[in-house]
Amino acid sequence: MKLSRRCFLSLVAGGAAGTALSPLPWKLADDSSIWSQNWPWTPVPPDGEGTYTLSTCTLCPGGCGINVRKIDDRAIKIEGAKDHPLNDGGVCMLGLSGLQMLYGPTRIQTPLKRAGDRGQGQWKPISWEQAIGEVAQKLGDLRGLGKPQSLACIAAKDTGTVGRLLRRFMSAYGSPNFFRMPSVEDAYEAAIYITQGAIGSAGTDVNNADFILSFGSALLDGYGSPVRVFRANSRLKELNGTVVQVEPRLSNTAAKADKWLAVKPGSEADLALAMAHVIISNNAMNQTFIADQVEGFEAFARMVQEKYAPETAAGKTGLSVDVISEWAMKFASARRPLALYGKGKGQVPGSLKEALAVHALNALVGNINAEGGVWALPAYDYINWPDIETDSVAAAGLQTPRMDGAGTDKYPHARYLTHRIAAGAEGIEALLVAESNPCFSLPNVQAIRTAFEKIPFVVSFSSFMDETAMNADLILPNHTYLERYEDVPVTAGVTQPTVGLCRPVVEPLYKTRHLGDSILQIAKAMKGTVAGAFPWEDYESCLKLTLAGHWETLEEKGVITAAGYAPGGFETASGKFMLMNDDQGAVYMADDVATEGNGNEYPLVLIPYDSIRLASRYVGAAPFMIKTVSDAVIKGQDGYVEINPETAKTLGLADGQLATLTTPVGTAKVGIHYDEGIMPGVVAMPRGLGHTAYDRFLAGKGVNVNELIGFVEDPASGLDAAYGIGAKLA
Amino acid sequence: MSSNEDPKPKDVTEEAHSPSSKGGGGGAYLLLFFLIGLALSMVVGWGIFPKVLYSTKSQPFDFNHKLHLEQVDDSCQSCHFLREDGTFSGAPRLAQCIDCHEQKEREVPWLIYARQPDCVFFSHAAHIKGAGVDCVTCHGNTGTSESLRTYQENRITGYSRDIWGHSIAGIKHNTWDRMKMDDCAACHKDSGSHESSVQTGRDACFVCHK
Repeated sequence: MKLSRRCFLSLVAGGAAGTALSPLPWKLADDSSIWSQNWPWTPVPPDGEGTYTLSTCTLCPGGCGINVRKIDDRAIKIEGAKDHPLNDGGVCMLGLSGLQMLYGPTRIQTPLKRAGDRGQGQWKPISWEQAIGEVAQKLGDLRGLGKPQSLACIAAKDTGTVGRLLRRFMSAYGSPNFFRMPSVEDAYEAAIYITQGAIGSAGTDVNNADFILSFGSALLDGYGSPVRVFRANSRLKELNGTVVQVEPRLSNTAAKADKWLAVKPGSEADLALAMAHVIISNNAMNQTFIADQVEGFEAFARMVQEKYAPETAAGKTGLSVDVISEWAMKFASARRPLALYGKGKGQVPGSLKEALAVHALNALVGNINAEGGVWALPAYDYINWPDIETDSVAAAGLQTPRMDGAGTDKYPHARYLTHRIAAGAEGIEALLVAESNPCFSLPNVQAIRTAFEKIPFVVSFSSFMDETAMNADLILPNHTYLERYEDVPVTAGVTQPTVGLCRPVVEPLYKTRHLGDSILQIAKAMKGTVAGAFPWEDYESCLKLTLAGHWETLEEKGVITAAGYAPGGFETASGKFMLMNDDQGAVYMADDVATEGNGNEYPLVLIPYDSIRLASRYVGAAPFMIKTVSDAVIKGQDGYVEINPETAKTLGLADGQLATLTTPVGTAKVGIHYDEGIMPGVVAMPRGLGHTAYDRFLAGKGVNVNELIGFVEDPASGLDAAYGIGAKLA
Repeated sequence: MSSNEDPKPKDVTEEAHSPSSKGGGGGAYLLLFFLIGLALSMVVGWGIFPKVLYSTKSQPFDFNHKLHLEQVDDSCQSCHFLREDGTFSGAPRLAQCIDCHEQKEREVPWLIYARQPDCVFFSHAAHIKGAGVDCVTCHGNTGTSESLRTYQENRITGYSRDIWGHSIAGIKHNTWDRMKMDDCAACHKDSGSHESSVQTGRDACFVCHK
C-alpha cells in the first residue's frame, strides 16, 4: 500500500477531530489565558499581613504626617496621616513617591571610598569601622595642626536632634563654619528679628486668612508645608475668599488665582511699597494697631510717600497705577488679609528689602501675631543638652570668624551665607555634607563643583548617589527616612509649634547607618573633649532622652503640636512692632538687586520656577513624578523653556525648535516652548531637572537651571537674592 | 441564481476529482487513517497531555492536619484565621507555629493548593462570616487528613492542579473538586447572592475581578 496524500489528510483530519474531542485545546486555551496574566514583569502585590506605620515625611521641610502601609516587611504605599495637624490625610506627589527612593536603584548600600578621580564614580566598598576611622583620623589630624576652623559642614537644617548634633560636633571640634542650605527662612528669620525682635521663624496663618496676596509664592506648587497650603487655597475658594498672585509667569497658582498681577521680575518690593503708599494715602491702615503697637510708622510713611508712589512703581512693575491702587485697597479692606513672601517653594532667600516690604504690608493692616496673619513662631526649645566643654584648640577655632562673613558687622542679618562656597572654598580643608545636595541645588553649580575640587577631603552622608556624593572622597550612607528615627520640628510657615516623629517603617535594607550614630561614633573615635560632648550611647537613646516626656506621645500619635499656641507681645526694646528704624532704613536705602548680565549683551531675563512635579532640594524627583512632567517641559531628554511667542518671533525662534541659551554663568541646549502666559522678554525654566547623578529615570533629562544662574547678593543682607539672570537665546 | 447561470465549471471539477478516477486507496483506507489519527490524538489529549502539563512537587514536610486539629481549641481558625482588617491569613506563618513549637529559624515554604490567580479577588471574610460557608465546602476534608497530598503544579500557569480539578475533563463529584470561575458562579447562583450588577443586570464581574 502506498501512503497517499489522501490517507495523510485523513490522518490529520482524524487527529484534529480527536484533539477537539480531548481536553487538550480547551485546557491549553484556559491555561494560556492565565499565563498571559502572569508575565514576570507585571507587578503583583505581595500576599501577607497588612499593617500601617505612622511616621513623618522629611523629603521637604513641610513635615507632613504619613501612614505607610506594609504587607509583611515590605512598604507598599505611603498615605497622608489622618488627623495630622498639617496635612490631615493629604499627601503630595513627592511624599507619595518616597517608596521609589527607598527601594530605588540609587541607594548607596555600604560605606564607599573613592577609587578613581573625583566624579568618576569609581568606588571601593569599605567597612563601617574603616569609614568612621578614616574620618576621625583626618579630622584629628586637622585639629592636631591647630586648624579646626578649616572643617566645614553643610546641612539641610540646623534644628532637631540631628541638626543640633551636627552643630554640636562642629562646636566641640572647634569650627564656626556650619552652613545651612539657603531658603526663604533665612530672609523671614531676619525680617521677624528686625521688626519683632523675635528669634524664630515666621508662621503664616493661611488657614484663617480671607485674602492672600502672594508675592510669587507657589501656593499650588509646594510653598510652605505643601498640603497645608493646598488646603488653605481650596478653603479660600469655597469661602469666596481672594487669592492674588504677583508673578511674571502664569504659574498654576496664578492660573487659579482670582487675580494675576504679572510684574516684571525683581520689582515685587516696589509693588509692595507702592501698595503701602496707597494704603497710607487713603488712610486705609489698621489705625488701632498702628497707634498701639507700631513704632516708626511716620518714618515709614514718609519713606513710601517720597520714594514709592504708585506712578514710580507702575514703570518698574509694568502694572498700571489703577491696578496697583485697586488691589492695594482690596487688600486693606479685606477682613483678614495676608501678604506672603517667598518665591516658588521658597528655595532662595531673596531680597531682605522685599521680605520687609511684604511684612510691612501685613503690619499696616494689623495682622501681625493675629488670626489669619503672620505669627512669630519661637525657636523650638525642647533640646536641652549640657554645655560643651571645649579644649584650647576648639576654643581658638571658635574665635575665628565664619568664612562666609555671616553675622559680622557687614552682614548682621544673615546667619548663613552658604551660597558663598561658590565664590571659593579657600580655607576649607575638610567638608561634611548631610542631607543636602549642594553640587546640584546651589546657584552656579559649576563654581560649587570647582570649589569642591579644591577641598582636600569631602565626606558625604547621602543615602543616594547624588551629585554631591559623586564629588566626595568618602560616603557614609545614612538610612533613608523610612528606615530611621528622627524628630522633625516644623518651621515651614506653620503657626502652631509642631514636632513630628520620623520612625523606621522597615528595617534598613542595606549596610547604612543613622547620620546621628555616624556623628556620635566619629566624635567618640576622636576622644578628648570632642568625645566628651556626646555622652549618649547611640542616637536612639539620645533622641529618647532629649524628648523625655514627649517620647510616649510621639510614639503613639506621631506628632506633637502646641494647639492653641498664640504668640505674645513683640520682643523689641519698646515692645512694639518696628516698622522703621535705622536697621530697616539701611535695608530700604540699599540698592535694588540687579541681575547678572547687562541688557545689551543679555536682552532676556531667565527665571527659575518651582513645580510640585519636581524636587530640587536634597532628593531628586522620583520616576513617578517625572512621568507627570508635561512634554512642554521635557520632551525626550531635552528640557524646554517657556517664552512668549512675541519675544521668540523677534528672535526668529520657532515653537518646538532647539536653541542655545546663554547666560553670564553658563550655556545650555534648550527647546523653545511658546507660552502666552509668560511676560515678553522673560524665559522660564523649572528647578529640579538636568541631574547628572541618580538613575536613568532622572539623569540627563533637561537642564539644571543652577548651571545657568548664579547668586546675586542682596546688598542689605548678603543673602542670595537672585530672582533671575540676564540671558540670550540663539 | 448564479449556479444555474453557469453550471459547466462545476461539472468539470467534479469529474477531475472523482474518487474513482485514480487508484491508491479506497474509502476503507481513508477511514482507517482517520481512526488512527483520532485514536492517537485521543491518547495524547487524554493520557499524555495531563501528565506533561503538571509537575509534581512535595510539600516541605508532611503535615498532619488531623493530629493538629485534635490539639487546638478553635478548629481551623486556630491556624487559618481572619486578621483584624478582614484579610485572611492563609497558610500559617512561623509566628503561628511557634505558639506551640520551639523557635524555628525560617518560614516554611508551603505550596498552596487553593491559590487563585491574581486576577481573582476572593474575600474569605465575606464567605465565612457573611454567608456562613463551611471550610469543607471549598477545601474538602483537609482538616481530617493525616498527610498532605502531592502538589501538582501547572507548568504553564504555575498554579495548583486543584483549581482546574483532578479530572482533566472537569468532572466533579464534590463541591471542592474544582475551583474555576464556573464553580464560583454556580454556588452564587444557587445561593442567590450577587445575582446582578447595576450596569449589566447580569452576574457582577467586578465582585471578583477588581
